[in-house]
Amino acid sequence: MTRHRTQRRWQIRQPSVLPGFGLALGVTLSWLTLIVLIPLAGLVARASGIGLSSFLALAADPRVIAALKVSFGTAFLAALINVVFGVILAWVLVRYQFWGRRIIDAMVDLPFALPTAVAGIALTAIYAPNGWIGALLEPLGLKVAFTPTGIVIALIFVGLPFVVRTVQPIMEEIDREVEEAAATLGATRFQTISRVLLPGLAPAVLTGFSLAFARGVGEYGSVIFIAGNRPYVSEIAPLLIVIRLEEFNYAGATAIAVIMLIISFAMLLVINSIQAWSRRRYGYGA
Amino acid sequence: MARDADSLNVQSATTESPLARRALIGLTLVFLLLVLVLPLIAVFTEALRKGVPAFFEALGDAETFSAIRLTLIVAGIAVPLNLVFGIAASWAIAKFEFKGKAFLTTLIDLPFSVSPVISGLVFVLLFGSHSVLGPILKSYNIQILFAVPGLVLATVFVTFPFVARELIPLMQEQGTADEEAALSLGASGWQTFLYVTLPNIKWGLLYGVLLCNARAMGEFGAVSVVSGHIRGMTNTMPLQVEILYNEYNFVAAFAVATLLALLALVTLVLKTLLELRFSDAISSGRRH
Repeated sequence: MTRHRTQRRWQIRQPSVLPGFGLALGVTLSWLTLIVLIPLAGLVARASGIGLSSFLALAADPRVIAALKVSFGTAFLAALINVVFGVILAWVLVRYQFWGRRIIDAMVDLPFALPTAVAGIALTAIYAPNGWIGALLEPLGLKVAFTPTGIVIALIFVGLPFVVRTVQPIMEEIDREVEEAAATLGATRFQTISRVLLPGLAPAVLTGFSLAFARGVGEYGSVIFIAGNRPYVSEIAPLLIVIRLEEFNYAGATAIAVIMLIISFAMLLVINSIQAWSRRRYGYGA
Repeated sequence: MARDADSLNVQSATTESPLARRALIGLTLVFLLLVLVLPLIAVFTEALRKGVPAFFEALGDAETFSAIRLTLIVAGIAVPLNLVFGIAASWAIAKFEFKGKAFLTTLIDLPFSVSPVISGLVFVLLFGSHSVLGPILKSYNIQILFAVPGLVLATVFVTFPFVARELIPLMQEQGTADEEAALSLGASGWQTFLYVTLPNIKWGLLYGVLLCNARAMGEFGAVSVVSGHIRGMTNTMPLQVEILYNEYNFVAAFAVATLLALLALVTLVLKTLLELRFSDAISSGRRH
């Protein structure tokens, strides 16, 4: 029976004595189709039903453009900040032994585990003008909560583990001999790190950046509490989708969603190709 | 190695000066304190701001109770569904070589790159009263949006890749030798899976389920779009937090939030224990 099946499926898969390929793939494909593909296809179908001219009109709405700018701008900034601190954090966790390292390592995953709404109200409580940190910044004239800065803070929170968890395992694999070689050739420690180690980490850092960025663009729960949600200033694109839905403006909501998806995929495509290039050039086989 | 260098009072060539090291550790600690630790502390202090009795009074509320119940129901349906899917997907992808495998893996990861709000929106567009399916469902009196089925669908969508992502690299590392041995000794396919594969992957499976469950219970954006916010009916715990917060009932909002924060802490502790105790039995490739 195995042989019979092997011959029949020769075109699709390589032969194997293990059973259950048909069942497993069948379950996978039908579940994937039902839960992910049909709903997403529905979104695309809906968008194509709008018609190009009305779609462009919806896309050119100044409030939509402003919201997209806020979403992509704050996500970009937060991902950049996360790259800097995430790489330092990963370095400290991989290279140094100190009391509490294990706990810190575990804490890094907190944003994965903590529901976004909880993170949102907690960050707002801290950074509001009467909060622990907000009250310290207020006399300096710095406002965080209810401004785009607050959005960046929330996105730093949700994006941090993406950078750390992508860079950390690659850092663990770094061969110490490379560093020793650099040192024997007269490089200072700073030169070794910046010229030898960091370029090799570039692919992993880029992956972490793109994951944090993608998550930040779509983030909703942690942002809406701290953002203040003023149209044209601190209103994010996902919130505008929700507002359009509450107005029963389905075409408007669909248009924003499709634009977000197109820009996100285009940016990820660019980042992926930079990453492929840097991996060929520098990578540790990341 | 760094420690040896210290005791000899010689600077190792592959580590930073003690000063730089302390500065980096200090910087990291301050950053984590500001970004991660303070919010967690804030949840508990805000919840207890008006004392312990007020905290428990807020938790004893009937609507809060129904939100807890609904969250458990939704996660209780969504997580097992994705568990079965995750096992099926990883069996097909990790144990066999076939064309289009990389593409299939990409499709499984797709929900991770879609905004939670869009994840909810797609179901509103599919089942809403203005959609093709809407009137048909209505004529049969089937309620999907603003009801439990919609909440479950949105939750399944956002947690779709969790179990599969954890199992695929693990099962790829383990290869097919164990299963081939069992089959050659006369075990049936199901016996092989139950007695050979499942014990091999159980800790990785638990790890995936843990993360899947945390996200399922904590999901906000997607659920918010399909829920309709009917009080005491379609509000999950995170949505209840939002409603209480928007009513300026901060103690109650943070009281419900403490439950979710405790869930997150329990998840982290179990996850860390799994990583420490069974690091070989959960995939080394991925740590989240």
